Amino acid sequence: MTRSITVTINGTERRDEVEPRLLLVHYLRENCGLTGTHVGCDTSQCGACTVHLDGRAVKSCSLFAVQVDGRSLTTIEGLGATEMHPLQKAFWSEHGLQCGFCTPGFIMAAAQLLADNPEPTDEDIVKALEGNLCRCTGYENIMRSVRSAVKAARTPAAAAEPVQVGG
Amino acid sequence: MAVTTMIGASIQRREDPRLVTGHGAYIDDLTRPQMVHMTVVRSPFAHAAIRGLDVAAARSAPGVVAVLTAADFRAVIGGGIPVANAFVPDKAQVPDQFHVAESEAIYQGEAIAVVIASSSYAAADAAELVRIDFDPLPAVMDVDKAIQPGSPLVASGRPDNIGWDAVFPGGDIDAAFTEADVVVKERIHQQRVLPVPMEGRGCIAEFDNYDNRLTLWTSTQVPHFVRLFLSTALGMAESQVRVIAPHVGGAFGSKIRPYPEEYLASAASKLLGRPVKWIEDRSENLVATTHGRGQVYDIEVAAKRDGTLLGLKLTQILDIGAYHGVFSAFQVVACLVAGGPYTWKAVHGRSIGVFTNRTSTDPYRGAGRPEATHLCERAVDLVARELNMDPVEVRRKNFVKEFPHPNNFGLVYDSGDYDKTLNRALEIVDYPALRRRQEELRAQGRYLGVGLSTYVEICGIGPSAATAPAAGVALVESSMVRVHPTGSVTVTVGTHAHGQGHDTTFAQIVADTLGVPYDTVEIRHGDTNESPFGYGTYGSRSLAVGGISILKSCQKVVDKARHLAAHVLEAAEEDVVHDAGRYHVKGSPETAKTIGELAFAAYGAGLPEGMEQGLEAVTYFDPPNFVWPFGAHICVVEIDAETGNVAIERYVAVDDCGNVINPMIVDGQIHGGIAQGIAQALYEEVRYDESGLMLTGTFLDYLVPTIAEMPHFETERTVTPSPTNELGVKGIGEAGTIASSAAVINAIVDALSPLGIRHVDMPARPDRIWKMMQEAKA
Repeated sequence: MTRSITVTINGTERRDEVEPRLLLVHYLRENCGLTGTHVGCDTSQCGACTVHLDGRAVKSCSLFAVQVDGRSLTTIEGLGATEMHPLQKAFWSEHGLQCGFCTPGFIMAAAQLLADNPEPTDEDIVKALEGNLCRCTGYENIMRSVRSAVKAARTPAAAAEPVQVGG
Repeated sequence: MAVTTMIGASIQRREDPRLVTGHGAYIDDLTRPQMVHMTVVRSPFAHAAIRGLDVAAARSAPGVVAVLTAADFRAVIGGGIPVANAFVPDKAQVPDQFHVAESEAIYQGEAIAVVIASSSYAAADAAELVRIDFDPLPAVMDVDKAIQPGSPLVASGRPDNIGWDAVFPGGDIDAAFTEADVVVKERIHQQRVLPVPMEGRGCIAEFDNYDNRLTLWTSTQVPHFVRLFLSTALGMAESQVRVIAPHVGGAFGSKIRPYPEEYLASAASKLLGRPVKWIEDRSENLVATTHGRGQVYDIEVAAKRDGTLLGLKLTQILDIGAYHGVFSAFQVVACLVAGGPYTWKAVHGRSIGVFTNRTSTDPYRGAGRPEATHLCERAVDLVARELNMDPVEVRRKNFVKEFPHPNNFGLVYDSGDYDKTLNRALEIVDYPALRRRQEELRAQGRYLGVGLSTYVEICGIGPSAATAPAAGVALVESSMVRVHPTGSVTVTVGTHAHGQGHDTTFAQIVADTLGVPYDTVEIRHGDTNESPFGYGTYGSRSLAVGGISILKSCQKVVDKARHLAAHVLEAAEEDVVHDAGRYHVKGSPETAKTIGELAFAAYGAGLPEGMEQGLEAVTYFDPPNFVWPFGAHICVVEIDAETGNVAIERYVAVDDCGNVINPMIVDGQIHGGIAQGIAQALYEEVRYDESGLMLTGTFLDYLVPTIAEMPHFETERTVTPSPTNELGVKGIGEAGTIASSAAVINAIVDALSPLGIRHVDMPARPDRIWKMMQEAKA
């Protein structure tokens, strides 16, 4: 038994036949080929699968695909489709990732925070990201990355630019 | 900002643009035509006889392609998993571990059968239909009881539960203790912990029955090891097996050993003629991937009244788990480096490896060295406490001061300046002011503690002279540097990064050494068809061994290009200067040939007599010694008397890993390393009930710290170059973890010392601390 769903993903509408039990994260990865959304646990603790559903950060392992019928999703691939999002630039410039597996989830969770609150305190950042796990960074540079993105948004000229190399 | 010298610059990682935009290629992101999915049916019991196995219902479930059991795999796989010597060549027993249990399951999570189906959902559904008739048996869980004669056995047919019992004498220990004014003793627990990379394991095996070739994509730190082991087990030539490690989402030592699932997926693909994918879920990861630590230490320390350290006796009791990990005995290295950065008359170690009905332990970030630092730094604090001395003074008094320094086991510390890192760390925290504040707070009934950890670690594994006898292999590392006719450069290496930023760091070395633009250098790793045989990434070795191999390959290329430049410039070779990628005759810098021009010439005609075409070199680097990073970490904690909660107020780390290629990456390694040590000190522990059932089987129960638990890390560096290699580099992947648990626990004990508490075991959870405080006050 399958059900038909219509979903707008990263600005493009698509229709799929899915099993009612299919998790949203598996729908995104297997049906849509959007493998930037990762699975890091099976109890909704790690947040590696965080995406935006109608603009709100959700853990896509804790929803079924059928629950997003008629709704709009943004995944990490859609966040900086034309140009890197300030958070993507900041995670790059501040070494906010090592293995990179948790990174899309952190960026999506932080993007929700900055959309709601462009001037978050450190405490706000901690609250927004405490549902995500990282095993590589000790969170030090994740904190710095979010702070850096906040600063860049405040003063666009000071936006994190890559170091010019090879010259 | 223009960067002209790459070595030493915090270049942003070239790995990252794809990773931050969701375009990485981790194992579960890959797919193959006609691919089917494997689910492993595992034992829910720590110990049970398998009386029967009924797979009929699973076989006829929707979407199922096959259900395979031991008999199927025995027909294809020629044996179990080899166990490395790893410091204990004469093990008491090495039980054979086949990849699936047959008559007896001896740890929770042990594989028994596999279900292969058209989708992972169908495979999981059918796995529920496999009927196994278990007869549960008593689980052996306590190492102290397990070593007693007559103990119940971990597995039937074994003589006892002892995996090894090895003694490591480092000097005349009796003489050292004879001189002692004081002797302190303690039992120190190193609880079992989980490595928990955010990506679990996984693989795709694709067997081509027409060409008799196997390609295995697998999330591993050691693609060449996996190929070696697999080809042997499957009866194939290594040349018929290609192992590809894609992006690896963290590992921390848990992806060094080849695992049963890599064999099972490969065999299944051979039997079915279709690519087989297996992806570990998190619940599986916590029981089926190797664990770390799981040790108990009984220590005795002899010292003089003035604080001079004399002798250290330690007995390491290591919970091996049900089977030897491939490299579990490596953790015996704790005995050999237990003396830390101090001078001792003698250090005497004994290691007993004990089987229990648990998942195997194997290297986890630091592997033996965090344990050594922890016991040594606790020992020094216990001596200071006994003698009523400042722990800083005991450390200073006993630091090794002259290098090279052979320790009590003949391992030679290459370079160091232990006072320098300690002094800088003390300066950062303003130690005297901190002690005054501690006195003030104590007067108010508050518990502030200051903990030191001055560590030295052995890494850069390793020189064949040491690793061949200890590990049974020469842990050298390889590289191939090829300059193409148009001047771009491809470098293939035997290491395999899983978050360390090797693509960036290695390219920095190549750009500087060859004198070519950084962007023209491509670093490739993880594919056994591309690179020379390599030993992989672990033991903080990739730079100090692999990086030096790259440097040497580059130097060979530079030398050949110089020979060619002399020919082209019609000059004597000794008169040709190589300056940042340009070759010119001394005194005539205006007439120069770039390495790119010489590369083009090198593939053409008219070469010097005897010179072959091409511009490339291969190096297998065998280092003359290990490298020995060191440093001083200081942790300041305050303990809440009402709840026992430990709050880290400051964490200061001054590390010295010799010369640094990319400071940003080095800082990142330190941060992550410290975090894992703090996690062990305060939160993480694998717990079991009496029947052997794991009680911490999900992230709900196993407390991996979040951003809310981690303090800010204040990091600095001193630079004492290593004389072991030309770049003067050491290693940094494990240092943070090696240092940090001791700093945290020493701080907690210091905070609680007014209550007469002299030792606290890990994890120092609030309930444990609160109980200790209540008992001490009673």
